[in-house]
Amino acid sequence: MSELKDKLKRLMKMRLFWPIVTLLAVLIFDTIFIKGFLAIEIKNGNLYGRLIDIINRASSLMILAVGMTLVIATGGIDISVGSTVAISGAIVVQLLGAGETANTPFYVCIILALLVSVILGAWNGFLVAKIGVQPVVATLILMVAGRGIAQLITNGQIPTTQHKPFSYIAGFLPGLPLPFSIFIVVAVLIIIGLIVKKTAFGLFVESVGVNATASRFTGIAVQRVIFLTYAISGLCAGIAGLMISSMIKAADSNNAGYLIEMDAILAVAIGGNSTSGGRFSIAASVIGASIIQCLTTTLYALGVSPEVLPVVKALVVVAICLMQSEAFHHMISGIFSRKRRLQHEKVAVEI
Amino acid sequence: MGEKSYMAKNDIILEMRGICKTFPGVRALASVDFKLRAGEVHALMGENGAGKSTLIKVLTGVEKPDDGEIFLNGRPIVVKSPLHAQELGISTVYQEVNLCPNLSVAENFIIGREPIRFGKINWKEINKRAEQALSRLDLNIDVTQPLGNYSVAIQQMVAIARALDLSAKVLILDEPTSSLDKNEAEKLFTVMRRLKSEGLGIIFVTHFLDQVYAVSDRITVLRNGELVGEYEVASLPKVQLVAKMIGKDLDVLSSFKKGRRAAPDIDQDSTFISIKGLGHAGTINPFDLEIKKGEVLGLAGLLGSGRTETARVIFGIDKADSGEIWIQGKKMSLSSPRDAIKNGIALCPEDRKKEGIIGDLTVRENIILALQAKKGIAKYLSRKEQERIADRYIELLNIKTAGTEQLVKNLSGGNQQKVILARWLVTEPDLLILDEPTRGIDIGTKTEIQKLIIELAEKGLAVMFISSEMDESLRCCTRMAVFRDRVKIGELSGDELTDSTIMKTIAGEA
Repeated sequence: MSELKDKLKRLMKMRLFWPIVTLLAVLIFDTIFIKGFLAIEIKNGNLYGRLIDIINRASSLMILAVGMTLVIATGGIDISVGSTVAISGAIVVQLLGAGETANTPFYVCIILALLVSVILGAWNGFLVAKIGVQPVVATLILMVAGRGIAQLITNGQIPTTQHKPFSYIAGFLPGLPLPFSIFIVVAVLIIIGLIVKKTAFGLFVESVGVNATASRFTGIAVQRVIFLTYAISGLCAGIAGLMISSMIKAADSNNAGYLIEMDAILAVAIGGNSTSGGRFSIAASVIGASIIQCLTTTLYALGVSPEVLPVVKALVVVAICLMQSEAFHHMISGIFSRKRRLQHEKVAVEI
Repeated sequence: MGEKSYMAKNDIILEMRGICKTFPGVRALASVDFKLRAGEVHALMGENGAGKSTLIKVLTGVEKPDDGEIFLNGRPIVVKSPLHAQELGISTVYQEVNLCPNLSVAENFIIGREPIRFGKINWKEINKRAEQALSRLDLNIDVTQPLGNYSVAIQQMVAIARALDLSAKVLILDEPTSSLDKNEAEKLFTVMRRLKSEGLGIIFVTHFLDQVYAVSDRITVLRNGELVGEYEVASLPKVQLVAKMIGKDLDVLSSFKKGRRAAPDIDQDSTFISIKGLGHAGTINPFDLEIKKGEVLGLAGLLGSGRTETARVIFGIDKADSGEIWIQGKKMSLSSPRDAIKNGIALCPEDRKKEGIIGDLTVRENIILALQAKKGIAKYLSRKEQERIADRYIELLNIKTAGTEQLVKNLSGGNQQKVILARWLVTEPDLLILDEPTRGIDIGTKTEIQKLIIELAEKGLAVMFISSEMDESLRCCTRMAVFRDRVKIGELSGDELTDSTIMKTIAGEA
C-alpha cells in the first residue's frame, strides 16, 4: 500500500505528470460530452476526425512553442512571433502569385520566407543580447512594426494563391494518411531535440537562464547563446507562418497569427516550464500547446460563440494553472485534512 | 560660555544598546552598543560581514532588531521604516545616490514634500529653498538643471542637502566617498566638518583608512557582529585599528613565529603571467604583477582596497583601460572571461552564489560546465564522460553530495565552493585565482581547501590567493602583494611575511 503511495508520489513529482493529466482530463471530458469525438474516418486514403483536426491545428502552435521554450529558458520572451508569422506568410503568397503556376519557384519562396524569419529573429536577438534591450521591449518593436511590414509586402491586400503544392503544407500530401503539418512538427521536434540533447546548447541555455553572470564567468558565450534562441524562435515563427497561410491559401497580414504569441507563451507555461528561465522541457511545451488547441476546439464544439470564447478560455486556463500550482495543492490538502496540515507544521518546525 | 557650548556638543544624541539581529543561520549583530554625540564624526569600521550595514539598517528602520533599545536625545524610539527614521531626524545618504537624474536639482531636493498653495506647486519657492540649502554647503549651481548633468560628487551634495533639509539630527553617510576622486572627497570632508561644528552627529561608514583619520573624531569597530570597542581617533594608531578590524592583537602577533611553508625552488624562466601597468579606471589603479608557476601569490589589503578588482581586471570581467598582459612570454589581450579561460586562467569568484554556482543545475553539470564552455557547443561531452569526470572530482575533493544529479543549490556552502573548484580543475588551468575561497565555510572544509591549494601549487600551478584571513594567507602564500585604496603599494616575501609587517604595510606605516 505504502509502496504504491510512494510510486504515485514519485510519479506526481515528474515534470510531465501534471501537464499530461491535464491533457487527459480535457480529452476525457471531450469523449464524454462531444459526440463522436474519437471517431476517425478514412476518405480517399486520408484520415479525418476531430482528433486529427486538433493535431493539425495545434501543429503551428507547437512549433511556435518550441522556439518560445528556448527563449523563455534564457530568461527572455518573444512577443513578436505573431508578426513574423504574418510576414512569412505574406512573402510566400506574394511571391507565388494568384495562379496555379508559381511566379517564383516554390522552394525559393519557402527558403526566402524562412530566411527573412531567421533574420527577424536575429534582429530580436541582436537587440536583446548585444544592445541589452529588455526582451519584452525589444520584441515589442517587431510585434508592432511586423504587421506593417507584412502589409507593405502584400500592398495592403489579402493576396490568395491557387498553387497546389503550397496547400499541401497544412493539408494532405497525396498518398499520406495524416496531414503534412504533423510531419513538419515531428521533423522540427527531432532537429531541435538533437540540437538540445546532442550538443551543449541545451545545457548552455539552462545555465544562462539560471544565472547569466555565473555563466559568463564560466566562459559561456552568453550573448551568443541568447542571440541563437531568438534566431531559432524567428525560424519557428516562419515555419508556423507557412502553415497558417497554407491553411487559408492566403496571406492575411492583419489576422494571420494574431495574438498567437500569447498562446505560445501560455503553452510553455501550461506545460510546466518556469517562465523565469532555467530548466526547460520541449515535450512539456508541446503538451501545453496540445492542451490549448484541445480547449479551443472543445469550446467551439460545445457551441461557445467566438466572441465569448476568450473569456471561457481564460477561466479554464486559470483552473489549469491552479491545478498545477504547488501552493494550491497545499491549500487544498490543508482544507481537506487538518491532520496533514498539522504534519506540515511539524515538518516546518523540524526544519 | 564657550565651555558650555562645548559641553552641549558632547551630549549623546543617539544611543543604541544591546542590539541583536539574527538572520536564518547567521548572527549578524550580537548585543552591539553604539553611541553618537552631537558635533562629532563617528566612523563605523569593520571588515565585510562585521555587521556595519545591519546596524545601519536597524537604525534606519530597514531591519527590525530582535532585541535592544535605541534612544534619540535620551528618549526611547522604535524606528518603523526608513520614512519614519527621516521623520525622527535620522537621515541617510547612500553610496549609490538614489535620486532621480532626469529631474532638476531643485525637484530632487524637494521631492515628496512640495509646498502646495491652492493646489499648485510653488516652484519659485522650491528653487529658492534649494539654492539656499545648497549654498549652505558652499555649492552654487543652477538648481533648475537636471541632476544628471552634474558630477556624482555634486549629486552626493544634493543628497546631503536634502537629508539636512529634513531637519536631520543624525546624518548617516554610507560609503559616500567610494565614487569620488580625491578633491571631491576633500570637499565632502570640509562640508562634514562644518556640519559637525553646527552640532550635527555624523555616522561615517567607509573602507578607506586615511579618510577615517582625516575627518573622524571617534571610531567604533565591529567584528563578526560583535562590538570590538569605541575609540578616540587620536589615541588609536592605524596599525591598531587594522589589528582590531582583522581580530589580532599586534603584540601577540609580533612574537609569534609562523610555520610557513618554504618557497619552492622557482627557476627564473617559469613566469606564467607578467602584468605591466594594468588598470581599470574607478576600480584599480595601474599595477605591475608577476606570478610564477608553482607559486601562491597572496593579495593583502582591506575590503575595497582593490584585491577583488585586481582579479576582475586580470580575468577580463572589467576590461582594462591601460597596461599589458604577457602570458608565457606572449602578449595577450584578455577582454572577457572567455579569453582568460582560453589562456589557462581560472577564477573562483568572491560571491559564490551570484557569480559562482548555477544553482538549478546539477553537481555534474556545474562541474563540467567550464570545460564544456572551453570545448564549445558542438563537442558535447557524452553523458558517460560527464559522469566519469564528476565522480572523479567528487571523490578527489571529497564533495559531500547525494550524487552527481543533486542540484548544486542544495549543497552546503563549503561543498558548493568545492564544486566550483572542481569546475576549474577540470579545465587544467595554469593560473588559478581564488577570491575568498573559504569565506563562510566550516573549519574542516577550510583546511581541506587550503591543503589542496598548496598541493596544486607544488605540482606547478600558479595560484593567486585573496583572503581576508591573515592566518590563511600566511599558511598558503609564498609572496604577497599589498593593496590600499585601490593602489598596489608593495610586495612582501620571505621573512617579511608576518602578520605585523603586513598590517603595517596595509596601514601605511612600514
